[in-house]
Amino acid sequence: MSGRVLVGVKRVIDYAVKIRVKPDHTGVVTDGVKHSMNPFCEIAVEEAVKLKEKKLIKEVVAVSCGPQQSQETIRTALAMGADRGIHVEVSGKDYDSLGPLQVSKILAALAKKEEAQLIILGKQAIDDDCNQTGQMTAALLDWPQGTFASEVSLEAEKIKVVREIDGGLETIKINTPAVLTADLRLNTPRYATLPNIMKAKKKKIANVKPADLGVDLTSRLEVLRVDEPPQREAGVKVETVEDLVAKLKDTGKI
Amino acid sequence: PTLTRECLSQLAELPETHQLLRQTCRDYADKELIPVAAKLDKEHAYPAKQIKELGSIGVMAIEVPEDLGGAGMDYLAYCLALEEISRGCASTGVIVSVNNSLYVGPVLKFGTEEQKKRWISPFTTGEKVGCFALSEPGNGSDAGAASTMAHQDGDHWVLNGTKAWITNSWDASAVIVFATTDKKLKHKGISAFLVPMPHSGLSLGKKEDKLGIRASSTANIILEDCRIPLDNMLGSRGAGFKIAMQTLDSGRLGIASQALGIAQASLDCAADYALKRTAFGAPIGKLQAIQFKLADMAVALESARLLTWKAALLRDSKKPFTKEAAMAKLSASEAATFCSHQAIQILGGMGYVTDMPAERHYRDARITEIYEGTSEIQRLVIAGQILKEYQL
Repeated sequence: MSGRVLVGVKRVIDYAVKIRVKPDHTGVVTDGVKHSMNPFCEIAVEEAVKLKEKKLIKEVVAVSCGPQQSQETIRTALAMGADRGIHVEVSGKDYDSLGPLQVSKILAALAKKEEAQLIILGKQAIDDDCNQTGQMTAALLDWPQGTFASEVSLEAEKIKVVREIDGGLETIKINTPAVLTADLRLNTPRYATLPNIMKAKKKKIANVKPADLGVDLTSRLEVLRVDEPPQREAGVKVETVEDLVAKLKDTGKI
Repeated sequence: PTLTRECLSQLAELPETHQLLRQTCRDYADKELIPVAAKLDKEHAYPAKQIKELGSIGVMAIEVPEDLGGAGMDYLAYCLALEEISRGCASTGVIVSVNNSLYVGPVLKFGTEEQKKRWISPFTTGEKVGCFALSEPGNGSDAGAASTMAHQDGDHWVLNGTKAWITNSWDASAVIVFATTDKKLKHKGISAFLVPMPHSGLSLGKKEDKLGIRASSTANIILEDCRIPLDNMLGSRGAGFKIAMQTLDSGRLGIASQALGIAQASLDCAADYALKRTAFGAPIGKLQAIQFKLADMAVALESARLLTWKAALLRDSKKPFTKEAAMAKLSASEAATFCSHQAIQILGGMGYVTDMPAERHYRDARITEIYEGTSEIQRLVIAGQILKEYQL
């Protein structure tokens, strides 16, 4: 199999940042907060670049949907070895309400436009933890999906995917074109080396609007309120097992 | 000299490539250096694996053009990379700094095309590192008094003498030796020579048992009828002192960046502790005494950092930067000793034991006020420049 791979990369708040809820409870504070590429997207990029190094695919295209700053995320993907980038401009209120359904519509449209043979995404984003975009994209394209991939191998016109599931590991074989989502143990993402950072400067990032792809960004969801998780309270000590059962019944836990 | 508008905007917000590089080095330091720094220090162990990995990231020869195997980036990028690496492990930082600034730097600037290919390209990957031999047992600051001799014998130079305090000596594959061909000419008699290591006539003294930066090797280099081809002279005859001084101007920025990394690591350690440690019913970060320390540390660090970046930008713009480099090295090294001292104070007893990295930062910081130009020499350099400006 040769051809083009689309890799989705999402700009999220850095995993090490302490998240704070906005005073108006409409969301979390993002201004001036450190952002980076979603860790599962890094793994997706790494897998795509490895496939290209093995000469199993020809071109890696990094895609990100978001405001101007999303270009930094694409640039990081280019510095890891992606060939070119596509920045789908979404900002303001549209960006606030952007979710897996709209992104999967965008990715499906791009996959058709770019004649991609493979889409690799992170299994989920660490901000919303949706774990939906890969599955939705596959459904919209009517392509097979290999999600939670911990091992991917291309065999002739099929892809063998080892998936991490609750019961252990499941191995499936799917046809191409297909959508894969990367799980933690798929690979260890490489550092963006200096020579590659310099090479990335010359790589192109195309700008596209969702309307150009015929995608409607209207959200079916409305965020009513965002709150911090409840503060962890002190525990209570009891003397006997009977006391414990009584307390659990009292507080409606059993 | 003043910075152009473009340079000033870089001070305010780093270019994207530089941000990417800084992030790469920060990630590498977090994952690969911080976890092993204490062990490397305790065992005085050269971080061979890490140096090779840093080589493949491209930071062992940042300024070297790509056709020679380097990364082809500027000095600002070098300073950013070095600060992040040193924040993880100060020893690794000085190894990277010496290779970049003191070894590859002068060959790049003063070497012939042939010399660049032979003495730079193999030293860009982290497989081989170089070192710089100027100081002697009899003179450090008084570099012009070098007594290592070089005389011509047929088609060879023969070197005799002892060099002292040479960083990387036990791990290097090449050294730039400064020797005099005519003591009567004083500093104008000094030339620079490229010597491979190991080499007949070159031996190493015992590895010094240092207070800090223990994972980097420091030792004497002893030259006894060490014969090298005539081609191994770097630059022209008698230009050695000038080569050394110009090299140290740039090396100063490397050490400034190393000091910034140590200072930042100290501040990180102290601030984290101040948020967690409680006393008198609240985290100690709530106490003004602790807050004033943290503020003073941050100001010392940030001002030294801006001086360092300004000097780097001036150098990158090919403007004179001697005064600014000396100011950067002076302020950064004093910031490192100040911040690491205060970090121990904030940590209290915990700052004095090896369970926390504060004591290592304190030990690592101390040398930054000494090597590559003592703080006293930096003050002389700065004063000299200022008086020149006022035409005294």
